Amino acid sequence: MENLAITQEVKPPNTSKGPVKWLQDNLFNTWYNTILTFLALVFLFFVFRGIFIWVFTQAEWQVIPANLQILMIGAYPIEQVWRIWIVLYTLFVLLGLSAAVWKGLVLRISTAIAIFGLILLLIPLDIVKNSEIGYATLEYNFNIAYLIFFKRKWLLGGLVLFVVSFFLGRDKNKLKRWVIGGWVLSFPWTMITLHGFGENTVSTTNWGGLLLTLILAAVGIVVCFPLGVLLALGRRSQLPAIKWVSTIYIETTRGVPLITILFMGSIIFPIFMPGDFQLDKVIRAMIALTLFSAAYMAENVRGGLQAIPQGQVEAAQAVGLTYPKTMLFIVLPQALRSVIPAIVGQCISLFKDTSLVTIVGLQDLLGIARSILGNPTWQGLYVELYLFIAAIYFIFCYAMSYVSQKIEADLGIGKH
Amino acid sequence: MTENENITNDPIIICEDVHKWFDDFHVLKGITTTFKKGERAVICGPSGSGKSTFIRTINRLEEHQRGTIIVDGIELSNDLRNINLIRQEVGMVFQQFNLFPHLTNIKNITLGPIQVRKMSKRAAEEAALALLERMDIADQAYKYPAEISGGQQQRVAIARALAMEPKIMLFDEPTSALDPEMISEVLDVMRELAHSGMTMLVVTHEMGFAREVADRIMFFDEGVVIEEAAPADFFDNPQHERTKLFISQTLQH
Amino acid sequence: MNNNTHTVIPDKIPFYRDVRFLKVFFQILFLIGIILLAGFLYSNMLNGLRKQNLALDLSFLGSEAGFGISEGIDYDPSDSYLKAFWVGIVNTLKVSIVGILCATIIGFIFGIARLSSNWLIRNIAAVYVETFRNIPLLLQIVFWAALTRALPTVRNSIIISDSIVLNVRGIYLPSFEPGPGFSAWLWYLLAGVILAIIVVLALAVFRHSGQLREPHDTDRPSFISNIIFGAKWAAAPTFLIVAIAGLFLTSEAPFVVNRPVLQGFNYVGGMNLTPEFSALLIGLAVYTSAFIAEVVRSGIQAVVKGQREAARAVGLKESQVLRLIVIPQAIPIIVPPLTSQYLNLAKNSSLATAIGFPELLHIGHTMMNQTGQSIPIFGMVMVSYLIMSLTTSAFMNWYNHRITRIGRSR
Repeated sequence: MENLAITQEVKPPNTSKGPVKWLQDNLFNTWYNTILTFLALVFLFFVFRGIFIWVFTQAEWQVIPANLQILMIGAYPIEQVWRIWIVLYTLFVLLGLSAAVWKGLVLRISTAIAIFGLILLLIPLDIVKNSEIGYATLEYNFNIAYLIFFKRKWLLGGLVLFVVSFFLGRDKNKLKRWVIGGWVLSFPWTMITLHGFGENTVSTTNWGGLLLTLILAAVGIVVCFPLGVLLALGRRSQLPAIKWVSTIYIETTRGVPLITILFMGSIIFPIFMPGDFQLDKVIRAMIALTLFSAAYMAENVRGGLQAIPQGQVEAAQAVGLTYPKTMLFIVLPQALRSVIPAIVGQCISLFKDTSLVTIVGLQDLLGIARSILGNPTWQGLYVELYLFIAAIYFIFCYAMSYVSQKIEADLGIGKH
Repeated sequence: MTENENITNDPIIICEDVHKWFDDFHVLKGITTTFKKGERAVICGPSGSGKSTFIRTINRLEEHQRGTIIVDGIELSNDLRNINLIRQEVGMVFQQFNLFPHLTNIKNITLGPIQVRKMSKRAAEEAALALLERMDIADQAYKYPAEISGGQQQRVAIARALAMEPKIMLFDEPTSALDPEMISEVLDVMRELAHSGMTMLVVTHEMGFAREVADRIMFFDEGVVIEEAAPADFFDNPQHERTKLFISQTLQH
Repeated sequence: MNNNTHTVIPDKIPFYRDVRFLKVFFQILFLIGIILLAGFLYSNMLNGLRKQNLALDLSFLGSEAGFGISEGIDYDPSDSYLKAFWVGIVNTLKVSIVGILCATIIGFIFGIARLSSNWLIRNIAAVYVETFRNIPLLLQIVFWAALTRALPTVRNSIIISDSIVLNVRGIYLPSFEPGPGFSAWLWYLLAGVILAIIVVLALAVFRHSGQLREPHDTDRPSFISNIIFGAKWAAAPTFLIVAIAGLFLTSEAPFVVNRPVLQGFNYVGGMNLTPEFSALLIGLAVYTSAFIAEVVRSGIQAVVKGQREAARAVGLKESQVLRLIVIPQAIPIIVPPLTSQYLNLAKNSSLATAIGFPELLHIGHTMMNQTGQSIPIFGMVMVSYLIMSLTTSAFMNWYNHRITRIGRSR
């Protein structure tokens, strides 16, 4: 206590950066701010007290661990889960290499992802496991989920792969091209690995939970990209027929809600297909999401195209480049760079929009949550379940919007 | 002024009654002229006189609507092959440089040779480095355009045009966007190029350069060539009232 | 490359190299492709319909719908399908308009709160915005729907300050209705208008005569400008004073508060929002308000950066800066993204189909299931949404055009 007195003597309380000064500046600088501060404090007190009491004394959290497996992967057969790990490992390796090759922002993002993995690794799931779950079958379910899906060794392996590939890829700039190729191939590779073939095929109808949500979002954004670029070029074309068809497509699609397009996929699409041709509903949802987001992508890309000065095209023509080469080498690289933040924004809304497939009967994260609530055992635990999946959606969306802000800042100060 | 020993009698650009409209605005009102191989022509005139539009029709960045333009024996028409051929024969340098900001300087230069001339990457890079050496900026090869000065950027742009090994070089006000202290470094390069025997059409307000280098000066006004003459005659004995006014204004300046 | 020098000029260009021909050719090819695709789909559709023994016609719209609709304008199951569809459109418009109103109010409050100088307020607003815009709307709506369904029974209703009632049948709010003294109060309003005109004129005459007495007669304001001055400062206060005085002076109450009251097994009176409507409204309003808050914040910030300092340098007070500089410039920035948020809200109201609120898509879906006429009904649904979107964006284009024109003329 005496020490404290001494420091106070050395540092007078009215230094400009002291906490008291901060409080004065930020909370009590005017009479109305003082009132607002007290009102806000009272409000926060009641909110936090309510949340605290509910979370620790009233909520029945066992619904989460007991259903963790289906929330994560839906009806994906448990003995095939290794496929998912293979995909995750591929992504970890690519992430590690990218972090090593590009450094800067990419390094920071991948590190953040790795740290998130590490946190998952350290979460004391055992405590949850040891807390009583009244039902034998549930305990069984939970054990399976825990042992096979959340097996820490697997996750640890992924993190190790990440670190190893990071160190392997350091200072090897020539790897860039291969890493880009790897990312391009990772998409079909993921689909093939998850689907499998021959006897071990896992039909897309068994994909569910977070897995399905992520896959739908990834398909939507990856496949819509080339389509969106073509539509954007089409809308800016000098040939009226192409321009008008593109414009009509873009405006019509943007003018109707996504859910109508998903319904179209599930109700109207089969009518327009020849006789016995059939697609399962997951694929149809993917097509609907892709066609929908292509229109939005086109508008984003068009924004970038409009920002490219005409002189760039003229210079390219003057050295003799043809139209496709002018677009490919000169216009698109510049246009796309400037619309990265807008594209990330689109990823976020597409990720949230995938929840709509619940309405056409798919078992994505929200769909699974709803079907768990349909089970009499878990009836009424909607707050716990919905909060849990809301947290998952939130983490992904918030992370993406954070990344987008960083990219925006980087582009702002970037040299080219 | 030195006599141009490179000038020949072979016509390389033939323009006959070239007309151009922007909507209802008649920009070019029947230009008829011939440029010879190795000739250096300077085109001047007040802004909006059609001089830029005229040289842009020569590599068909603008389409002329009447008359004929024949470049190196190839007629500029709606024939796709001819347009592509002529763009390889004719290099162009722009007022705003129009370098590709997302590519390094050397990639700006090698893009055309690799993609259009189908040169190997290595040969193209060697040629590009030689050109940059000639432009006296070899040390800037691996930087991005935004990292070098305006004068250096314009020299990269000249190198980019030269890398296609054109027979004709078009300059569209190459020094107008430059700070005064950088104009001379670009003009030096152009002077050197002129002495190497290149056919050059230069739109510029640099009358000193015109007097020194040009074989012929063409004066544009309101879409027609109202006077064309060798520099000595043009400056010392202008025939037309407008030309006199223009010369007195630019020289005062 | 010198071999071109003496090429003979071809008098005729082969068609496959002629730019004009190629342009037309590619467009025709493209259109043929589109037409072939459309034809393929059309013939498949005809085949499919033949198999199901369905014909494409709209005559079913006139026949009896036969299904009930839980809420909306006056409708009976014996009414036609067309009427049912109309009920859906009205419900969509209803929830959209109320949602837009609520979202705008909440959004502006939080948007301005995010710029507060109070650290706590600023961060509470930030948490609100980040939370609600990063969670899927459907999840939010489904959550609110579950919550409203889990409300207590009518007997055990939650009653807040004697006027708001929450139970499993929905939310009951008190409503204001014209009372017996309403017509008397209208006379007061008329008197207020007349008095306001008199006051304005009197003020203008007084001010004008004062100006006439001043010696220098240059730049003397006209009488009209004095009327405008008077209208600006005196009209609204005069009218309001009379109107409010009227509220107290009428012998009978001009308005009655209609509170929900328990009658038998149900609450009657006041305004009743069904559970589905409440859930949808809360979801739409909260979700959209988070986006509107961002629109408002960035709009104000965009102006604030340079302009505000310049305005301060000129010597304007803080309140003047906000009123004269920031808000007039922020509004044109805010309106276009705000409109597109409104449009999003209207389109998102279709998510109600997941919780059973009978809006356009939900009723369309029911109609498809009953008649099997999925294609025409789907067309009607899509066209309805398209009309909403296109009219809104037409308005937005008109507005943008106007704003940029004003910007230029300055």
